[in-house]
Amino acid sequence: MLHDRDRIFTNLYGERPWNLEAARRRGDWDGTKDLILKGRDWLIKEMKDSGLRGRGGAGFPTGLKWSFMPKQADGPVYLVVNADESEPGTCKDREIIRNEPHKLIEGCLLAGAAMGCTAGYIYIRGEFVREAQILQAAIDEAYEAGLIGKNACGSGYDFELYLHRGAGAYICGEETGLLESLEGKKGQPRLKPPFPAAVGLYGRPTTVNNVETIAVAPTIFRRGAAWFAGLGRPNNTGTKIFCISGHVNHPCTVEEEMGIPLRTLLEKHAGGVRGGWDNLLAVIPGGSSVPLIPKEICDTVRMDFDSLREVHSGLGTAGVIVMDRSTDIVKAIARLSKFYMHESCGQCTPCREGTGWLWRMMERLARGEAEPAEIDQLLDVTKEIEGHTICALGDAAAWPVQGLIRHFRGELERRIRERKLVTKRAA
Amino acid sequence: MPKLTIDGELVEVPPGSTVLQACEAAGREIPVFCYHPRLNIAGNCRMCLVEVEKMPKPQASCALPAADGMVVRTNSPLVHKARKGVLELLLINHPLDCPICDQGGECDLQDLTLFYGPDKSRFKENKRPVADKYLGPLISTHMTRCIHCTRCIRFLNEIAGVEELGAVHRGEHMEITTWVEAALSSELQGNIIDLCPVGALNSKPYEYRARTWELKKTESVDVLDAVGASIRIDSRGNEVMRILPRLHEEVNEEWLADKSRFAYDGLKKRRLDVPMLRKAGKLEPVDWKTVLAAVAERVRATDPNRIAFLIGDQVDCETMVLVKELAERLGTPHVECRQDGSPLGTRPRAQYRFNTTIAGIEQADVCLLVGTNPRFEAPLVNARIRKRWRRGGFTVGRIGVPFDLTYPVQDLGAGPPTLEEVAHGWHSFAEKLAAAERPMLILGTGALARPDGAAILSLAHRLAESVRLVREGWNGFNVLHTAAARVGGLELGLVPGPGGRDLAGILDGIERGEIELVFSIGVEEIDPKRLEKAFVVHLGTHGDRTAPIASAILPGAAYTEKNATWVNLEGRPQRGRLAVFPPGEAKEDWRILRALSEAIGRTVPLDTLAQVRMRMAELAPQLGEIDRIRPAEWGSFGRAGPVDPAPFTSPIRDYWRTCPISRASSVMAECSALAAARAREATGTHG
Amino acid sequence: MSAAPGRPQPYGAMAPDVESFAFTPENLEEAKKILARYPAGRQASAVLPLLHLAQAQHGGWLPKAALDYVAEFLGMAKIRVYEVASFYDMFNTEPVGRVQVRVCTTTPCWLCGSDAVLRAAREVLGCEPGESSPDGRFFLREFECLGACANAPVLWIDDDFYEDLTYERAKAVLESVVRGERPTPGPQSGRKGSMPAGGKTTLLEVGE
Repeated sequence: MLHDRDRIFTNLYGERPWNLEAARRRGDWDGTKDLILKGRDWLIKEMKDSGLRGRGGAGFPTGLKWSFMPKQADGPVYLVVNADESEPGTCKDREIIRNEPHKLIEGCLLAGAAMGCTAGYIYIRGEFVREAQILQAAIDEAYEAGLIGKNACGSGYDFELYLHRGAGAYICGEETGLLESLEGKKGQPRLKPPFPAAVGLYGRPTTVNNVETIAVAPTIFRRGAAWFAGLGRPNNTGTKIFCISGHVNHPCTVEEEMGIPLRTLLEKHAGGVRGGWDNLLAVIPGGSSVPLIPKEICDTVRMDFDSLREVHSGLGTAGVIVMDRSTDIVKAIARLSKFYMHESCGQCTPCREGTGWLWRMMERLARGEAEPAEIDQLLDVTKEIEGHTICALGDAAAWPVQGLIRHFRGELERRIRERKLVTKRAA
Repeated sequence: MPKLTIDGELVEVPPGSTVLQACEAAGREIPVFCYHPRLNIAGNCRMCLVEVEKMPKPQASCALPAADGMVVRTNSPLVHKARKGVLELLLINHPLDCPICDQGGECDLQDLTLFYGPDKSRFKENKRPVADKYLGPLISTHMTRCIHCTRCIRFLNEIAGVEELGAVHRGEHMEITTWVEAALSSELQGNIIDLCPVGALNSKPYEYRARTWELKKTESVDVLDAVGASIRIDSRGNEVMRILPRLHEEVNEEWLADKSRFAYDGLKKRRLDVPMLRKAGKLEPVDWKTVLAAVAERVRATDPNRIAFLIGDQVDCETMVLVKELAERLGTPHVECRQDGSPLGTRPRAQYRFNTTIAGIEQADVCLLVGTNPRFEAPLVNARIRKRWRRGGFTVGRIGVPFDLTYPVQDLGAGPPTLEEVAHGWHSFAEKLAAAERPMLILGTGALARPDGAAILSLAHRLAESVRLVREGWNGFNVLHTAAARVGGLELGLVPGPGGRDLAGILDGIERGEIELVFSIGVEEIDPKRLEKAFVVHLGTHGDRTAPIASAILPGAAYTEKNATWVNLEGRPQRGRLAVFPPGEAKEDWRILRALSEAIGRTVPLDTLAQVRMRMAELAPQLGEIDRIRPAEWGSFGRAGPVDPAPFTSPIRDYWRTCPISRASSVMAECSALAAARAREATGTHG
Repeated sequence: MSAAPGRPQPYGAMAPDVESFAFTPENLEEAKKILARYPAGRQASAVLPLLHLAQAQHGGWLPKAALDYVAEFLGMAKIRVYEVASFYDMFNTEPVGRVQVRVCTTTPCWLCGSDAVLRAAREVLGCEPGESSPDGRFFLREFECLGACANAPVLWIDDDFYEDLTYERAKAVLESVVRGERPTPGPQSGRKGSMPAGGKTTLLEVGE
């Protein structure tokens, strides 16, 4: 269990002001110049040693990602921060942005210094209007205090930081879709290769990182990689903000140690499952894109990348969606299918055509209006989408349905049977 | 050079190749929809997925760079499953209306479904309806059939350089549209019909007129401009149903300009299909014998020095051989193929040719346009210039009236004074040309067909010499013709002989009564008022401008109706082929002249097409080598003199209506009216 | 369904369709400031911020004239701006009510009762999702996940989130908005941010 002294986001709930003065009192912007002066290699090594894995969902090792950036580049090099938080079940970056914006800004500067970036863009989802206002005000404060911009913190390093607002498109959370959007186009993901580290924003080397990934960086540098690596479990180190929504007594966001048992997380911080643990039906542990896990798995599973991977799910964004036994589980997943259909960018065939088909079949299955063979057909269609698309949205649309079929096939069959009985009686 | 293993076979491909290209190099056919070798890679259809060892997911081969040591499988169960899946997903919302779809029989989706697709549908939901879009008079849409490959968008953005199509909305609601129901404005838009892999974009004039398998396909060349694009004439019975481009990398690649593609309805309208004679001021139909006898009698009664031959813009070389032979036998030196009045001579040949060649544009690094609007005069030449520009490191300058050419142009000035500056090296652009590795000049006929044309040509020559446009292995001097007949005429030497009159001389002679009889061989671009005093024998295809003032009409064959030779602006002889027969009593032009010569009693002894062509090769050996350009000799040309400072103008104001065929076409009339309305709107003179 | 907005009835206080559009002097200044964030030659990047600005200026939707204006302003082909305007959910390209009311109905909000919030919105505003209210003042939509799931269900009115809603709370918020008031945004349950409602379980030892 994480001690408060090991929590990074001490103003997670906005109990104190977000502004620079308050942030400094919380320890932000402390010795930033010295950290910059330790140099790129130190910063990247420290990040590697911390074991931090990207907090945006994919869990790619951050230090390794940073090391992909060219050591020498003539011209601009960009850091782009993904603040397009739109994954259903996820609401952690919002708390960082509105309550701890200086952690993010300082993180941008240090990440920028680690990769030799000339400028950073924070792409915030358009719906976060108030959050964007706070973040812009915090950026203005940081500029005014000489913390960013020319000769940031007096370090001799020049780093410009801009805020860019999106306008309502989940796909812009995909890193190359985000870059397209930032360039003023539709947010349609790019083909990879080339990867952003080679050809990114405006064709320049670019690293895209999640808000939380960047915001934890200053604390890691200050307290040391060993401290962060000492938390959590091997390959799944550090702390993590969990977002707990759905059928718990006290939905909340909370910073906890990686690897915390799911049950502990829910019972300690979220007041437990509505109606008690035994009333639990299933949990989507990492935002809508990961397959759900039924109660028997929830009983024991730990909340980290590797543990959840072992049970055919994932940590994703750590958006924990809890469903108790009153839930119409098929409808809950069908609603996610609708989400993916709505958010598909339309660019490539499997996702454009397949997400709508999945949703329509799911709606029928929710009502039991199907033949038993259609369950396998549904599974087959998810396989026609999965792995065949330009970006991961296709996979994200397929996995929740696959999870449902894996764990609740009986429920699907029951609905079909019952529906047939009803229609037979009516006839 | 990366080496890959494709289905167990080792292939080596040039660096920068994609896996798809490597697969093709290994003889594997990879099914595609969105991929097109001439367009940017989109990678959106996912049809070309292949299995690559050490990669967890199947890869889109069109977008994946070929790397050394890759092991690729194109025929594995995984690949087949992926292809089948993609096809199933493409088909779920695709209407199964193949029986009424124009694309039926030549549809990529149909073909690939047959090979790789599912044989029945598992889709029980309602199909997605999509509203059709208005794109103008040339392209009809059936957007429910669209598979969103975006080839049409990419073609217009990249090749045509006119950003008018886009994909709006997203997900399954994504639609290809202009959004505001506006007609496309490109002169190359018809190509998106060919590019569309399904029946979403169709030719509006052709729609529902024929099925592809009932068409006779005749390979020919286009004559509506001087490019000489390779075309395929699709006919049914004796009717041209549509015209499509044929691949010719050095000329038109696989594109065709819209006038060449869509003006064919003009072949069926206003045709001269019966010989006519003017009797008591009125043209009356007569039989061939009567008309030939009447003309022969008139010829015999006229002093040869008072007879002139004028050659029009679409006349074939065989006919010109007959003209030359007949004029010689009659003893008239007044033969003129330069209908526009340009001062181009026949020697050295380099003075009238597009010496760089169309494909050669891609090697150039600086280009100066003088008195030309290539976008209207030769859309495919313009597309090549744009293609070169897109690669970067290319500067285009212009002396002439500004016009959007779809690539940036540096405007130096509007008329001859600027040309003088550049030619004398007083202008900085001259240095740019001189410093370039492969500089080129494109001289429009608008700069030549004016009273000071010879002096302009002389200035152009001076410029060519001063910046060394002609170098080892490179000739950067180019004339951009607009008439399909012109270069052929010059190659065959159809210019006034000793003591002969040129165009101005002939027209003045008519005014003064010194020329009494004029043979108009397809002449349609000369003000008929300047001809009407003479006895005009008009050999033509359409009741266009000249027929109303003609005294005798000899109905000839249009380009789709004869086997004939044309020389394109590069000096490339090409053969057109008969697809349909001339209408009514109309005949192949050379045969008419052959018959006339006999009626006159000065028989030209060329009885078969083969004999005509043999004679052609004697007159101009280079015309005997079909599709080969024999490089032209360089030398001095033009005639120095004073120039008029008036700005250069393009000979073409209205792209859509430039010849008897396009003027007879109602499709072209519609395009022309739209373009005029757009121009009014742009200049804000409406309302 | 929260797809493209349906065809609302064009009357009431809706901003009219217009023949021409131009930024107000203040917005022009703002637009120039926005442009300065992007490198030279990359001004197309400003298309989203400028469309936001234009939509706010024109009362919640973007007439074609505004899209053409932004295209001209940024030197983009018009079709590229149309593509963008139609791609992003926050832009309306047909006339809609000025006050934008969006109910998040994605799974986390749905689990916590977004159906009831939607019902409250229908009742108070008198229109269906995808429509504007009969008086033309409000535009009601279902929206996809708003990223405030620990405070579900969520209602997003213009710039503010109203969270922790029930049928009654949603109704109270909306009725107050209809009266022309702006109720205090955030959790309507009285809790602070996304802190557990039962009191915080962490950050107990953190002092000022």
